[in-house]
Amino acid sequence: MKPAPFEYFAPENVPEVLALLEQYGDEAKVLAGGQSLMPLMNLRLARPKVVIDINRLSELQYIAPGSNGDLAVGALTRQRTVERSDFVQRENPLLAATIPLVSHAQIRNRGTIGGSIAHADPAAELPALSVALEAEFTVRSSRNQRVIRSQDFFLGYMTTALQPSELLTEIRIPAWDPRWGWAVSEVSRREGDFALVGVIVLLRLDNDVCEKAGIVLFGVGAAPVRMRKAEEMLRGRRADGKAIAEAARIVSEDLEPDSDLHASAEYRKEVAGTLTRRSLVEAISRAREATKR
Amino acid sequence: MTETYIGAPIRRREDVRFLTGMSKFVDDVKVPQMLHAAILRSSHAHARIKSIKTTNALAIPGVVDVITFEDIAHLAKPIPIRAYALPGLERYLQYPLAREKVRYVGEPIAVAVAETRYVAEDALDAIDVTYEVLPAVVSVHEALRDEVLVHEENKTNLAARYTISIGDIEMAFRQADYTRREEFKVHRHTGNPLETRGLLASYDSGRGELTVWGPTKVPHLNRAILSSFLNLPEQKIHFIEPDVGGGFGIRGEFYPEDFLIPFAAIKLGRPVKWIEDRREHLMAANHSRDVWCEAEIAARRDGTLLGLRAKLYGDMGGYIRTHGGIVPASTAALLPGPYRIPAFECAVHCIMTNKTGLGTLRAPGRYESCFIRERLLDMVAADLNIDPAELRLKNLIQPTEMPYVLGVTRRGESPTVFDSGDYPMALKRALEKIGYGELRQRQGRYEEGKYHGIGIACYVKNTGRGPFECARVEVRSGNSIAVYVGLASLGQGHETTMAQICADTLGVPIEQITVFHGNTDYLPFGGGTNASRGTVMGGNAVYLAAQEVKRKVLTIAGSYLGMVPSDLELRDGQVHGKGAETEKPLLSLEDVVPLAAPTSRFNPLEPGLDATAYFKSDQMTYTYGTHVAHVAVDPETGKVEVLRYVAVEDVGRCVNPLLLHGQIVGGVAQGIGATLLEDLVYSENGQLLTTTFMDYLLPTSTVVPPIEAIILEEAPSTLNPLGVKGGGEETSLATGATLANAVANALASFGVKVTELPLSHNRVMEWIRRRK
Amino acid sequence: MSRKHNIIVTVNGKTYERSVEARMTLADFLRDELALTGTHVGCEHGVCGACTIMMNGEAIRSCLTLAVQTDGSRLMTVEGLARPEELQPLQTAFQERHALQCGFCTPGFLMTAYAFLEETPAPTEAQVREAISGNICRCTGYLPIIQAILEAAPIIRSASQER
Repeated sequence: MKPAPFEYFAPENVPEVLALLEQYGDEAKVLAGGQSLMPLMNLRLARPKVVIDINRLSELQYIAPGSNGDLAVGALTRQRTVERSDFVQRENPLLAATIPLVSHAQIRNRGTIGGSIAHADPAAELPALSVALEAEFTVRSSRNQRVIRSQDFFLGYMTTALQPSELLTEIRIPAWDPRWGWAVSEVSRREGDFALVGVIVLLRLDNDVCEKAGIVLFGVGAAPVRMRKAEEMLRGRRADGKAIAEAARIVSEDLEPDSDLHASAEYRKEVAGTLTRRSLVEAISRAREATKR
Repeated sequence: MTETYIGAPIRRREDVRFLTGMSKFVDDVKVPQMLHAAILRSSHAHARIKSIKTTNALAIPGVVDVITFEDIAHLAKPIPIRAYALPGLERYLQYPLAREKVRYVGEPIAVAVAETRYVAEDALDAIDVTYEVLPAVVSVHEALRDEVLVHEENKTNLAARYTISIGDIEMAFRQADYTRREEFKVHRHTGNPLETRGLLASYDSGRGELTVWGPTKVPHLNRAILSSFLNLPEQKIHFIEPDVGGGFGIRGEFYPEDFLIPFAAIKLGRPVKWIEDRREHLMAANHSRDVWCEAEIAARRDGTLLGLRAKLYGDMGGYIRTHGGIVPASTAALLPGPYRIPAFECAVHCIMTNKTGLGTLRAPGRYESCFIRERLLDMVAADLNIDPAELRLKNLIQPTEMPYVLGVTRRGESPTVFDSGDYPMALKRALEKIGYGELRQRQGRYEEGKYHGIGIACYVKNTGRGPFECARVEVRSGNSIAVYVGLASLGQGHETTMAQICADTLGVPIEQITVFHGNTDYLPFGGGTNASRGTVMGGNAVYLAAQEVKRKVLTIAGSYLGMVPSDLELRDGQVHGKGAETEKPLLSLEDVVPLAAPTSRFNPLEPGLDATAYFKSDQMTYTYGTHVAHVAVDPETGKVEVLRYVAVEDVGRCVNPLLLHGQIVGGVAQGIGATLLEDLVYSENGQLLTTTFMDYLLPTSTVVPPIEAIILEEAPSTLNPLGVKGGGEETSLATGATLANAVANALASFGVKVTELPLSHNRVMEWIRRRK
Repeated sequence: MSRKHNIIVTVNGKTYERSVEARMTLADFLRDELALTGTHVGCEHGVCGACTIMMNGEAIRSCLTLAVQTDGSRLMTVEGLARPEELQPLQTAFQERHALQCGFCTPGFLMTAYAFLEETPAPTEAQVREAISGNICRCTGYLPIIQAILEAAPIIRSASQER
């Protein structure tokens, strides 16, 4: 399984990359960590005429806390760098807990945050995480720069709002609210595999009443799914067993997942409800801890 | 015979090269002027080939040739069946390249040869094949209707059929207080050695001699087949076995590529290398285990088994491969297992479909039969309210009944006879190890979100397939002792175990011995490695050859010393007077070497300190054992967690416990993976959906539980001088049954039947959902 | 598209200057261009780990890396692990524990273990199990590999403390 022939460029800076993207458009593929793209190229499922290797863009490798507590991560930052970052461990426990779930260490040594997000595999953790954290993406072309909200970014199966001439350059994560309770959980057939079903939950309590909730599912459809109906139901409700059960039931009922080789739609519906329930329990427990502190 | 080495956990001598990157697998072998081949494989399950246009491919710089059926037509013939040639199967054989029709996704259509593999694959992209797509038949049930015919000329997809019959089955069912009928399906899966197949062929046109690196497992047999295809005398074909990255039953077929690559080398006048990639491997190398079975058991109210009858259907794929009907035939052959079942009847069917051919995989047919039988036994136990272990103890064949004549269970072969064994002992040891007495109380119980269950499976396995094996032992100067054996290595450690046997038999330090295997030039005949025959057949052949060399040594030494040979012994590489332990040696082995020379007057025998011996056997010797597992099932996700796994195996006599322990742990891990994760899945139109490791899931370190292996030597074989039985395949065969029983046991309150595999998250949840 | 790119790369302490086609994978480059055949190829899609090597101090899949991307890098393969006179503690432990049978996966496991122990010198069994979960072995069932790594860890630790 050897890749089909391609023209190769390894530009030294972002403007060079953008110029190449402008020139080649959808004939080109950006090569970052390569952990998702290379298997496709080796299998000849992806046959770009042009490969733009952006690994020399050290300017896109950074973890930079902002003045208002938000976090800017350069798109080319290796997943392992984020995993090992003291700042992340301290300041964003959900990010810190999710990264180790991504595949295996050797993959994370090369894989990048931006690469995983731009690749948009529906069963991947990082796209779902970015939706749950309400992250924003800075995207540049040679003609302009724009910011896309994560909720608008993932359009379908491995399809994003990125235009062929655009490069994802930065992921901005809003400031972590210390009152958040959180949980991330997934069911996969082996550890490190893509999820059959995955859930990320964020919620905030005020006097044990749910003030805000975020429930994002992955592995269940063409893109990460935000369960707004369940989130709405929880807002203003006392965080008790009944609310949890009801939220789980809504998720299970509302979800219209795909069937595939590894799990049927029924499986995903049922397990999504279970994981939501378990994650809510965990998140609420953390939220209660957080409000005590 | 001194026993310093046999039975000792000797570390493997071959390891250093693997640990330092100095090993040589076939892709590590490079010869000058080497070309690279890539195979164009059918992308349709069933189609007529209307045309193959190669002009664009040939125009690519670096492409040397594209070979199609036209090029091989003058030599091409069907690849023969080497074993289990059930009457009728010979009508469904495969040519090395597709002629007018393709019958499975992955079938070879053409061979592109180029300067690099990269360019060869570019050539594949540029070959233009026009297909007339035909409907595909992908299930045995559908194939039985004979509406879509895989081989039209034969007018049926039922390639072969026969019935095994022992005792009076009608009477058994008439007399029974209780009967139970179920349908079972064992899933299609494969072995996936980490090294895919590969061949490097080089033809010396000056001498008309062909050298091939890479054929393994049964090199002599495959060489004979290749010789007949190429019309090249066997002696002019040299197979060289490099290091081999695992086998598990996948290697050793005569595959189309085994002809195509040598053919290409001869045609093009340059060496040709072909290394299979993983995607090809999943669609072209042996698939296995795909059987469907309707089984019915009859018993008395007290649990005494009276009869077992079954209809077995093997999904053979598009063509019959070199091992013929081995999968369904072997499933039938040991379906009764180690139990006393007076009446047994099994109808065996081989059905053709548009899938990859069915061939060998570690213990072919026995994983399947163990699953079917042991599930049935647990159902009987549950229905009759008898403890599953008690039911087994009641029906297991006793040591006092040995040798136990089961009867003819393989068509056209001699009766199956269990030579020796203490089956109840193996079961008791396994139960004891897992603490069955206490653990029983947790069966079916819901603890901390999971249901707990215990699964038991007992098995017996034929090993040491004959009819012969060949070994040669040679002593040369410089303390160099060579053992040549007609086995092939797949990673088991023959270089160590055969050396152990030779060292003890001959009476020399093991460091002086080197073991050679796999190359056809070493020995005139060889049986290869399969059917757990290595230690039994190869080991005993080495034993006989070493004995003969020792006899020579002592005869020649006696002649030189003026002593009677029976007053001498060979110990530690030195000739001593018998019984004179503390005295200095009379001669060293090295001293005897020149005394054996052709010109020596001290040698009354043939020149040379060497001997070739054949160990012949037409009877199999039976390894047996019991597996027990403790599992916890999460009813909300379907996850099956194996908490503990105990494997008890009796090999009669264990040559190297370190290596056998490794086989047990490795085999059990493989079997657990196969039972929980692996599955070769086809779409309705015959597309193989599992063509990468993203979809075909192998067990990783986080899936394998603590495995406790117990090696027993209670029942040495009565059929060979060393008393050994085989140990390599049986270690995985009981895993399907054991885990299935454990899951059924855990989910007993849901009444799930567990008659299908694998035990995936999805399937387990479906069973629970259906019964709720 | 057979344009070549010049690269200078250091492997096991030796520097090589070569000209490669862009699509040549690092695994093939090591094996075919540099004749370092200790690194093996098992799947070519990043799952089996047989091709694992160290690049700039980190364990990576060489089948998912292009040779051309290694310009200016420092690589280590299994051939770089062995000292000419004696085996490293990891290798010795693998032999002692029978942590290899066919040997095809072994270089990948050795490199993974080597990289892991550099970062986590005193691991628990669970950590070792997780660290090797990205490498596939078909023969051993992993348990002896885990034991070998646990056995080698303290020996490597004390050796590095001595240095």
